[in-house]
Amino acid sequence: MAKALVDLIARTFPDAIVETSAQHGDETVVLTPDSWKSVARFLRDDPRARLDMLMDLTAVDYPDREPRFEVVVHLYSLTKGHRLRIKARVGDAEGENAELDTLTELWASANWAEREAYDMFGVSFRGHPDLRRILTYPEFEGHALRKDYPAERIQPLVPYRDVPNIEKLAPFGRDEGMPFGRQTHAHGRLEIPSDEPESL
Amino acid sequence: MEALDQDLDDAELEVASEPMLLNVGPAHPAMHGTVRIVMELSGESIERCDVQVGYLHRGFEKMCERGTWTQVFPYVDRLNYVSPMLNNVGFAMACEKLLGVTVPDRCQYYRMILGELARMSDHLTCDGAMAMELGAFTPFLWMIKGREMIWDLMEEETGARLTHSFGRVGGMAQPPTDGFKENVKAVTKQILHIIEEVERLLLGNRIFLDRLENVGIVSQEDAISLGWTGPCLRATGIPYDIRKSHPYMKYGEVDFDVPVGSASDCFDRFMVRIEELKQSSRIIDQCLERMPDSGPVNVDDPRVILPPKEDVYTTIEGTIQHFKIVMEGLKIPAGEVYSYTEGGNGELGFYIVSDGSGTPYRVRIRPPCYYITGGLERVITGQMMADVVPCFGSLNMIGGECDR
Repeated sequence: MAKALVDLIARTFPDAIVETSAQHGDETVVLTPDSWKSVARFLRDDPRARLDMLMDLTAVDYPDREPRFEVVVHLYSLTKGHRLRIKARVGDAEGENAELDTLTELWASANWAEREAYDMFGVSFRGHPDLRRILTYPEFEGHALRKDYPAERIQPLVPYRDVPNIEKLAPFGRDEGMPFGRQTHAHGRLEIPSDEPESL
Repeated sequence: MEALDQDLDDAELEVASEPMLLNVGPAHPAMHGTVRIVMELSGESIERCDVQVGYLHRGFEKMCERGTWTQVFPYVDRLNYVSPMLNNVGFAMACEKLLGVTVPDRCQYYRMILGELARMSDHLTCDGAMAMELGAFTPFLWMIKGREMIWDLMEEETGARLTHSFGRVGGMAQPPTDGFKENVKAVTKQILHIIEEVERLLLGNRIFLDRLENVGIVSQEDAISLGWTGPCLRATGIPYDIRKSHPYMKYGEVDFDVPVGSASDCFDRFMVRIEELKQSSRIIDQCLERMPDSGPVNVDDPRVILPPKEDVYTTIEGTIQHFKIVMEGLKIPAGEVYSYTEGGNGELGFYIVSDGSGTPYRVRIRPPCYYITGGLERVITGQMMADVVPCFGSLNMIGGECDR
């Protein structure tokens, strides 16, 4: 069933396919990064494909290959009941320039999935509305699921965050530099030290 | 006594003209401990919100790349920790799909029974917690009592109440105990009784219904686009259940219904879970009838299954086989596979990549509640502040699975 889908893509986008494979009944199409979004849109909208759910988007790191990352998407059709795995290979050997078009406009589920792929692998998605780290924190250094990220690595301590417009959010912790935090109970008793030395 | 506000002039009172920023969680009981929502409120309604997850991120996928395939089982226990058996079975099935082995019938029924029990414990927890968060404490205690029975049964079978690590590639760690069937029958009977009582207590309760009905409505299109699966998708009226749509194990042979909702509000999500509890009990009854009392539980394949202990200690072949599997790990053929089962929250997928060595190259779990929580922003935007609690409760976010 899904074999017909692969043929359909091959007929409609003859230049888009890098290779196809099938293992244990999972049909896989590797697409060129340029055709990523247009083929995805076709697969979602075409009445023969109707892959209306993006079940999963993730990436796999192959440090010995060039391009290095494989972005893997599993699509499913609720109406037709078939599945297809599409992939695109991006990024050079250092993991730079890993860029792909976002699928957020086509499937809302791509939003968080792409944020996770960005967080864990450093693959960035062009046109993503909100490409922030999601499972780790903004100051996290490196990308944890890359093969060259050692699992024992200890992250540096995070300095206090500089939050603009902090005075609007008083009385939440000014000293912690966060909009939400512990209050400093320093009223009257303790002076906040100033930078200039006091003159006697 | 004088009125305190007698000196106040109305004109001096400052009316807040800016939207209020409110932070809920991550250490808030209603956020189940791991989710933070920053909301911009206008009065009591939510104008904008930002859902932040990741507070329970433990690097599950990274850790899986460090040990053998069998050593992944303790990790998957800690994904959806209210139904660990479903994760165990899901991961074992993914490995078996890549290996090309099928477990014996007895094991398939055993996995189904344990899996449905785990699903019952998942739904009992979710519905119970949902009722408790709305102030109904009694149903919560009753349902947790039911969950406790399931966990006692699991302890009897596996030795652990919560993190069983009971699945194995090619079978289960142990065959069923002698009294397994009687114990399961006794437990499901009591749980059905609990559900009946809970229904009597809650479904005539005006306050409970008012808090849930027409709250947190998600359209079918949105649910599909957001990648929702499981009870949350079925509450929108789409009968997508992998046990029915793509039957695995023996689900094609047992008789059960897939409950769907119509209004796709919080109440439908609650009721879908209640109904699924009853269906799970139906499946268990049929499996108990058909499960053979004797016969092998594990596949007869020396590549994946540890030899019996007496062989390990008395024969050199057994010792070598045991040593190879334990020290080097199972050799799963190179390749990649996506295997999906129906977890407590929806489609629980495992995308595994093997390079043929004893260590997984990549284990990717498709966590159903990651995608469901991704839709929370859309559910609560425009709702009242107080509706966040039932909306969030009805999605059944499990921190371990969402943040991994």
